[in-house]
Amino acid sequence: MKLTLHVWRQAGPQDRGRMEMLQVDGITSDMSFLEMLDKANEDLIHDGKEPVAFDHDCREGICGTCSMVIDGVAHGPQEGTTTCQLHMRAFKDGDSIHIEPFRSRAFPVIKDLVVDRGSFDRIIAAGGYVSVNTGSAQDANNLPVRKKDADMAMDAAACIGCGACVASCPNGSAMLFVAAKMGHLAHLPQGQAERKERALSMVAQMDAEGFGACSNHYECEAVCPKEIPATFIGSMNREFLKSSLCPDS
Amino acid sequence: MSIGTTLKSSIGAKALMAVTGIILVLFVIGHMLGNLQVYLGADALNAYAAKLQSLGPLLWVIRLVLLGTFLAHIIAAIRVVKLNRAARPVAYHQQKDQATTFAARTMWVSGVLILLFAIYHVLHLTVGVVDPAGTYGALDSEGRHDVYGMVIAGFQHWPTTAIYTVAMVVLCLHVSHGASSMLQTLGLRRPGNASGFDKVGPALAIFLLIGNLSMPLSILAGLVG
Repeated sequence: MKLTLHVWRQAGPQDRGRMEMLQVDGITSDMSFLEMLDKANEDLIHDGKEPVAFDHDCREGICGTCSMVIDGVAHGPQEGTTTCQLHMRAFKDGDSIHIEPFRSRAFPVIKDLVVDRGSFDRIIAAGGYVSVNTGSAQDANNLPVRKKDADMAMDAAACIGCGACVASCPNGSAMLFVAAKMGHLAHLPQGQAERKERALSMVAQMDAEGFGACSNHYECEAVCPKEIPATFIGSMNREFLKSSLCPDS
Repeated sequence: MSIGTTLKSSIGAKALMAVTGIILVLFVIGHMLGNLQVYLGADALNAYAAKLQSLGPLLWVIRLVLLGTFLAHIIAAIRVVKLNRAARPVAYHQQKDQATTFAARTMWVSGVLILLFAIYHVLHLTVGVVDPAGTYGALDSEGRHDVYGMVIAGFQHWPTTAIYTVAMVVLCLHVSHGASSMLQTLGLRRPGNASGFDKVGPALAIFLLIGNLSMPLSILAGLVG
């Protein structure tokens, strides 16, 4: 199939950037969206032009590296799917496709569609971990976890940190990401020791990075490739308010 | 962490908005239930109004608490709107909403309109500065403020009824998103109750819309008064 792409081109962080039109031909329906971009880039390189920079790594939907807004939706039109797992059968011959980077003050554009998501790493560094003593691993069954808690922790742990929640939120809020990381550890026995400090420090770092505040549009939940429910944001609000207003309880 | 530090955080600002929102919603419900006594006739409504007036200093305490709550709600809203606008300095060329609602997208617009309406409403029926029907300050046969007569004359004037109708639609739009949101913001919304909680706002909005609009519209239609 033959497609018209409208792609965001930005030479570097200081460049103002603009939308650029590209024609790409010879696309088949079994290609992934990233393979379609690879083809467009091969054509650009062949013509002696600069290829479109975009982030990608595992290309199997588990690393959270691919990040682009396709036709106004983070990760494109297919629910519960990362850009790398979106296939061209979701499009038709002759389609025009708009491709933009994730937009957020806390995700500055490095080049074209590549954004710096270091702000997520700094939120994790602020408290999204459990401290354990080194030594040999203890027996797996030493710490019993209720099935309900294990399921909740797993649902939250499915977050791959791609940032689609931020990209889709009208407020540029990172609360689904932070809530998933916090909720994952809050449901497990290993997460209890640092539970309150974690809630306070992760939220403080999230605010310091310049993310917006949730106003319950639930756009994040709709685009999340791992379909993490926004009820985790409610739990995070409860964790944070309890930890900050009753630190000793 | 002090309460001041909590309020400075993004979640704290939202919590302040939610708590003040709950107080304001309870006030709006109580205000409507009081006003519905217009259907019981002049004596019931005027007696209710006289009872509220007789609270004396307590009435002023209630008024000041409500005013403080209203101001805190507005200040929290301004903070959150500023924070959220700054969070996306470069807009998308194309953005398709997947889940949000018209009410959610227009919260600040409906909020500003409600503020303007609240000022107009107090000037109209509490202070009597805006008094197109010229009935403010009249007394009934028992020497009480004739609130009933004022309300009937006020809403027989169609432009007044039109303003109140638009204002109630805007208020209910605001409540339809706000009343569900506050449950999530305060951490009460969980996987088991989420779908039910999401209906709280729209249901409350419809209840307020029917109750509040029935009065001016039935007066304008000549069914009451």
